[in-house]
Amino acid sequence: MSAHASHAPKRSGLWDWLTTVDHKKIAILYLIAGGIFFLAGGFEALLIRLQLMYPESSVVGAKTFNELITMHGTTMIFLAAMPIIFALMNAVVPLQIGARDVAFPFVNSLGFWLFFFGGVLLNTSWFLGGAPDAGWTSYTTLALNQFSGHGVDFYVLGLQIAGLGTLIGGINFLVTIINMRAPGMTFMRMPMFTWASFVTSGLILFAFPAITVGLVLLMFDRLFGGNFFNPDAGGNVVIWEHIFWIFGHPEVYILILPAFGVISEVISTFARKRLFGYSSMVFATALIGFLGFMVWAHHMFTTGLGAIANTLFGLATMLIAVPTGIKIFNWLLTMWGGQIRFTTANLWAVGFIPTFTIGGMTGVMLAIPPADYQYHDSYFVVAHFHYVIVGGLVFGLFSGLYYWWPKMFGKLLNETLGKWNFWTFFIGFHLTFFPQHFLGLMGMPRRVFTYLKDQNLDLGNFISTIGAFGMTIGTILFVVNIFVTAASSKRAPADPWDGRSLEWAIPSPPPEYNFAQTPLVRGLDAFWIEKVAGNKGMTPAEPLGDIHMPSPSFLPFLMSVGLFIAGYGFMYHNYVVVVIGLLVTFACMFTRSVKDDPGYHIHEDEIEEKGVKA
Amino acid sequence: MATHHANAVLPDEPEKATLEGKNKLLGFWLFLGGETVLFGSLFATFIALRDQTNGGPTSQQLFDMPLVAAATLLLLTSSMTAVMATLALHKKNLKQIQVWLTITVLLGLGFLGLEIYEFMHYVHEGHKISTSAFGSSFYTLVGFHGGHVAFGILWIVLLQLSATKKGLTVVTAPKFYLASLYWHFIDVVWVFIFTVVYLMGMIGGKVG
Repeated sequence: MSAHASHAPKRSGLWDWLTTVDHKKIAILYLIAGGIFFLAGGFEALLIRLQLMYPESSVVGAKTFNELITMHGTTMIFLAAMPIIFALMNAVVPLQIGARDVAFPFVNSLGFWLFFFGGVLLNTSWFLGGAPDAGWTSYTTLALNQFSGHGVDFYVLGLQIAGLGTLIGGINFLVTIINMRAPGMTFMRMPMFTWASFVTSGLILFAFPAITVGLVLLMFDRLFGGNFFNPDAGGNVVIWEHIFWIFGHPEVYILILPAFGVISEVISTFARKRLFGYSSMVFATALIGFLGFMVWAHHMFTTGLGAIANTLFGLATMLIAVPTGIKIFNWLLTMWGGQIRFTTANLWAVGFIPTFTIGGMTGVMLAIPPADYQYHDSYFVVAHFHYVIVGGLVFGLFSGLYYWWPKMFGKLLNETLGKWNFWTFFIGFHLTFFPQHFLGLMGMPRRVFTYLKDQNLDLGNFISTIGAFGMTIGTILFVVNIFVTAASSKRAPADPWDGRSLEWAIPSPPPEYNFAQTPLVRGLDAFWIEKVAGNKGMTPAEPLGDIHMPSPSFLPFLMSVGLFIAGYGFMYHNYVVVVIGLLVTFACMFTRSVKDDPGYHIHEDEIEEKGVKA
Repeated sequence: MATHHANAVLPDEPEKATLEGKNKLLGFWLFLGGETVLFGSLFATFIALRDQTNGGPTSQQLFDMPLVAAATLLLLTSSMTAVMATLALHKKNLKQIQVWLTITVLLGLGFLGLEIYEFMHYVHEGHKISTSAFGSSFYTLVGFHGGHVAFGILWIVLLQLSATKKGLTVVTAPKFYLASLYWHFIDVVWVFIFTVVYLMGMIGGKVG
C-alpha cells in the first residue's frame, strides 16, 4: 500500500515514551510506574510497622492506620506486583518465543496507560478527602456509604480502570503465545517463564471480569442508590465476598505463577542444567491454574457456608500443595549435581525456595476449616500471605530483575550491591514476618491500630518493626544499585549468563524488531542446543527481508485520560465531566477504528545488530 | 488504489487471511470468554436477589409476556440476518453484507426501543434501581445486556460506513466477522435472560 512509510516516524524524548507501542519500552514503563508504586506501598507499610512498634502508640492514629492498611494492600497487589509482572512479561515473553512483536502492540500500550491512570486516580484520594479505609478487600457493608468515607469511591473507580488494562494485557499475551511462536517452538518447548505467563494470562481472562462486576455493583450501591449489599432493602453482603474471592483467589496465583516461572529459568541457568522434570512443571503450572479457581470459599470458612462446603473447599485447597510440591522438588533436583553459580539473581531464587515452602505449609494449616476458626483474621494470616507474596512473588521479581536487567537495559546490575540488597532484605523479611505467626497464635488480630501493654505482644511487634527497617534498607540498596548501574559505562554482552533460551541469542538490549530473522527452534532450551552443537547462533527460519512495524500512537494515552476524567465525574456526581471524559475515550476509539494503521517498514539494509536505545 | 487491488486477490475466508486477522479472531474469542464470566457473575447475583423485593413490585406483577416475546423475536431474527451477512462475507459480496447488516441493525434498534419502553413502564410502576435488591439486580443485568446491544449497533453502523469507502479487504473482513460474532454472543446472552429472568420470573411464587 502506498501509505506505508519507509522510515520509522522520528520521535524522541517524552513524546516517544507517551506514544510507544514497542513491547520492550512498554516493559520499562511498567517497571518504572510499578516501581514507584512499590516504593509508595512500602512507605505505607513502614508507617504501619512504626505505629505497631510499641503498644498504645499514636504515630499515625486509628483513622490514618485504616487508610494505610487499605492502600498498602491495594497498592502492592494491583499497582506494584501486577505491573512489575507485566514488565517482565513484556520484556521477555516475545523474545523467548522468537516473536518480532506482541499480537496487539496498540492494545499493549493501552493496557499500560489504563493501569497507570487507574493507579494515579486511586492515589489522588490521599489529597482529596482521604484514602479508602475499608481494607483492600473492601467488604460490605463496611464499604458502603454509611460506614466508610469518600475514599472507597476512589477504590471502586481506580481499580475498575486499572483492571481493564490488566484484562486486555492478559488477552494480548494469550494471543501472542498461541499465534506468534517461531517455527519449531511447540508448546512443550516453551521456556517455563512463557508457560507461567500463558497460564497467568488465562487466569487474568477469567478472574478479572468477576472483579469488574463486583466493582460495578459496589459503585451502583455507593453512587446510584443500589441495594445489592444493603440488607435493609433485601441486599446480601455475602455476594460481595463470593464475587471478590472468585476474582481474589485466582489473583494470588496470577501473582505467584510468574514468580515460579522466573525461578525455573534462573535456577536452571545458574545450575547449568536443563530444568528437571520440565513436563511435570508444565502440568503442575496448569493444574495450579485450574485449582486456583476451585478454592475461593476458603476465604469464607467463617461466613457460615456450612460444614460440607467448608470441607470440600478445604480439601480442594490442600490439593494445591501437590503440584506446588512437585515444583519445589523439581527445583531442588535441578540444582542437584549442577555447577551452581551464586549470582544475585540465583541468591534470590535459592532464598525463595525455603521461604515459599514455609508460606505453603501455613497455607495448608489455614485450609483446615476448624483450625481456621482459630487463625481467622489474626496476625497468623498476615504472616502466611506475606510469606507467599513477599517471600514468593517479591523474591521472584527481584531474581527476575537481576537476571533480565541486562536484556532490558543493556547493563548488568552491580553484583556487590546486589548481594547486600539480597541479604538485608532477606534477613529483614524473616525478622518482620516470622514473629507474626506467633503474634497471631497469641491472639493479636489483624487490622487493629494498636494493642495493650504486657500481653506478650510487645517483643514480637518490636522485632517485626526492626525487620521492616531491614527490608527498607534492602529496597534502598536496590534503588542505589539502579543509579550506580545507570552511571557506569560498561555494556552488557548479548549473553552475560551463558543462558539457555532465545532471548539471549540477540543483542542486549534487543533492536526494535527483536529478531532480524525469525529463528528456527529445534528443542527445549533452544539457544543452549545451538551452543552445545557448536553453532554461532540460531539457524534462521526465513531469509533476511524488510520488517513491518506498527506505528507509534498517542491514542492509548488519550483514551486512558478520558476514562480518568470520567472517573472523577462519577465520583463527584458531575455528569458534564462524565460525558466529556467518555467523549474523549469514544472519539479515540472511533479514530482508531476508522483510520487503518499501515505501519512502516524497516528496510533490509537498515537491519543491523544494534540495540534499541533504552 | 489499494482497495481495488485487494479486492481482486481477496482470498477465501478473508477474515483469517492475515496474521493480524487471525490474531483478532482468537483475541476476540478470548474476550468473549471473559464476557461469559462477566455475565455469569451478573446472573448469579440476579438469581440470589430476585425475590428480595423489599415491599416493591415483584417479577410476577411486572413482567408482560407479549412485550418480552416481541423483543425476543426481533433479537433472534437479527442473529439470523447476521449469519446471512457472514455468508455474504464468504461470497465476498459487499453489497449483500451491507443489506443484511442494515436489517440486523434495524431489528436491534427495534429491540432496544422495546426495552427502553419496558424500563420506563416499570419505573412508572415503582420498580426502580433503588427500590429493592431485586430492582438493582434486574436493571444491572438486563441493562448491561442492553448496553451491549447499543454498543453493537454503533459498532456495526460504523463498520458499514467505513466499508463504503474502504471496500471489502483483508483489513475490513475480520471486523465484519467479529461484529457478527459479537452480535451472536449478545443473542445467546438474551436467551439466558429470557429464560432465567422472564420465564422463571413469571411462573409461580418464590423459587429457592
